[in-house]
Amino acid sequence: MLNYDIVIIGGGPAGMAAALKAKECGVDSILILERAETLGGILEQCIHTGFGLQYFGEELSGPEYASRFIDLVNKEKIEYKTDTMALEITDSNVVYAVNKKDGLLEIQAKAVILAMGCRERPRGALNIPGTRASGIMSAGTAQKYVNIDGYMPGKKVVILGSGDIGLIMARRMTLEGAKVECVCELMPYSSGLTRNIVQCLDDFGIPLYLSTTVIDIHGKDRVTGVTIASVDENRRPIPGTERLIECDTLLLSVGLIPENELTRAVGIGLDRVTNGAVVDEYRETDHEGVFACGNVLHVHDLVDFVTLESQTAGEGAARYVLGKKQKSDQVTTKGVGTVRYIVPQKINLNNEGDVKLFFRVGNTFKNATVKVKYNGNELISRKRPRLAPGEMESVLITKKMLDTFEKDGVIEISVEV
Amino acid sequence: MTRNITCVTCPMGCSIKVEMTESGEITSISGNTCPRGEKYAKDEITHPLRSLATTVRVEGGIYNVVPCKSAGPLPKEKIFDCMQAVNAAAVNAPVTLGDVLIENICGTGVNIVATNHCPAK
Repeated sequence: MLNYDIVIIGGGPAGMAAALKAKECGVDSILILERAETLGGILEQCIHTGFGLQYFGEELSGPEYASRFIDLVNKEKIEYKTDTMALEITDSNVVYAVNKKDGLLEIQAKAVILAMGCRERPRGALNIPGTRASGIMSAGTAQKYVNIDGYMPGKKVVILGSGDIGLIMARRMTLEGAKVECVCELMPYSSGLTRNIVQCLDDFGIPLYLSTTVIDIHGKDRVTGVTIASVDENRRPIPGTERLIECDTLLLSVGLIPENELTRAVGIGLDRVTNGAVVDEYRETDHEGVFACGNVLHVHDLVDFVTLESQTAGEGAARYVLGKKQKSDQVTTKGVGTVRYIVPQKINLNNEGDVKLFFRVGNTFKNATVKVKYNGNELISRKRPRLAPGEMESVLITKKMLDTFEKDGVIEISVEV
Repeated sequence: MTRNITCVTCPMGCSIKVEMTESGEITSISGNTCPRGEKYAKDEITHPLRSLATTVRVEGGIYNVVPCKSAGPLPKEKIFDCMQAVNAAAVNAPVTLGDVLIENICGTGVNIVATNHCPAK
């Protein structure tokens, strides 16, 4: 059996930032397990720019953002194993993993950091009727084909879902010579960044059909077309609005699901909205010594926020290993109405500093007020010119506020228009 | 002549209306909520710029392609010309992040640089 103070599952931006912070906090015995051939995670295929504006104050591509952390991991001599799949975490924080070189690995960790990221929601989760012709794939799969493997998966493309990956791929496929017929979005708004709608669709005259979905897929061997239709306010297709669009490829960009199989198997409590673990301010789960950060905890819109959150988890894990962190009485956080979720879900009352609460709204608002209440009493009221589902918001709970809280108190965040 | 522009300077995404004469002279800009929006709209009308991120074919590398980007913004109308030039090019492995792969792409004065490493096979 191998022994490490901290084992980190996942070597993407979350895992690397957590590792570097834990090292900085004084823990030397760290091992990162990465499933792919290299560190970097999904950033390796996100070759477009726009990463790092918050964290580095520079506009970097995904591989450039990742390489800054890969270089630091190498410089700090943090150990990692690539091509290595984590299989199980036990009650006593033993991690089982496997790779071709070492075979089965049994690793006793004092602390484990979950940084497995997320995966794309597949066709099967949508129940789109139609044939199983080739040419139907997730936008991220197409992104890997084009950007890593260097070949084009289609020529005439329809994209379902207007999240950022779908928008980015609309531009990427167009630049490489494909004709993107349209992007269909089930909801009456796009969850993608405005910048991406302008620079990925408008620039190339690609239509965005809101409140529209794909209701049928045609083609025997290869996709020959899809039927799209408008949907009503209950997201049901409206009879008479069907339209056939010829295409050879359907890309799905219909949401991301945190990859929490390991988390679930060891019995860690999950949040039903985020599909990630329920955590405290250091991102420790309800399983002692197991922390979670990045997209496995909740899906982020900016990698910069993944980095910051993972540093918090890395610090938390280091404090746990060094015996500095102790759980205490807690208060819980609760999103009300349009506030779909808050991370962290719990705060320890003995926490020594301020705590930032991150939350996401379910709708678009202009000139709204974010209200934070503790046991019904208003703590914070802040005007926000714009709130959108695609943009994570935050509020700061100061140490001073925290000192007035009591066990089992509830912090609520709501939005008033 | 009227053009509607969505500002992307910040997440507000203001809809900006630009009125122009027939000769393309701007007569009024409205709908922006800050001065940055006015500048953005002006730039979009007179000389819109875009950065380009794509891939270049690699000979003898562990991957077929290496990602690259324009080291600075390019005139928007030259993006497809630049794509053609990049797709006609090939570089030899190894490629190191930051390497200049194509100098002065399409006479724009902007270089195409590698944004990742590609070791030799």
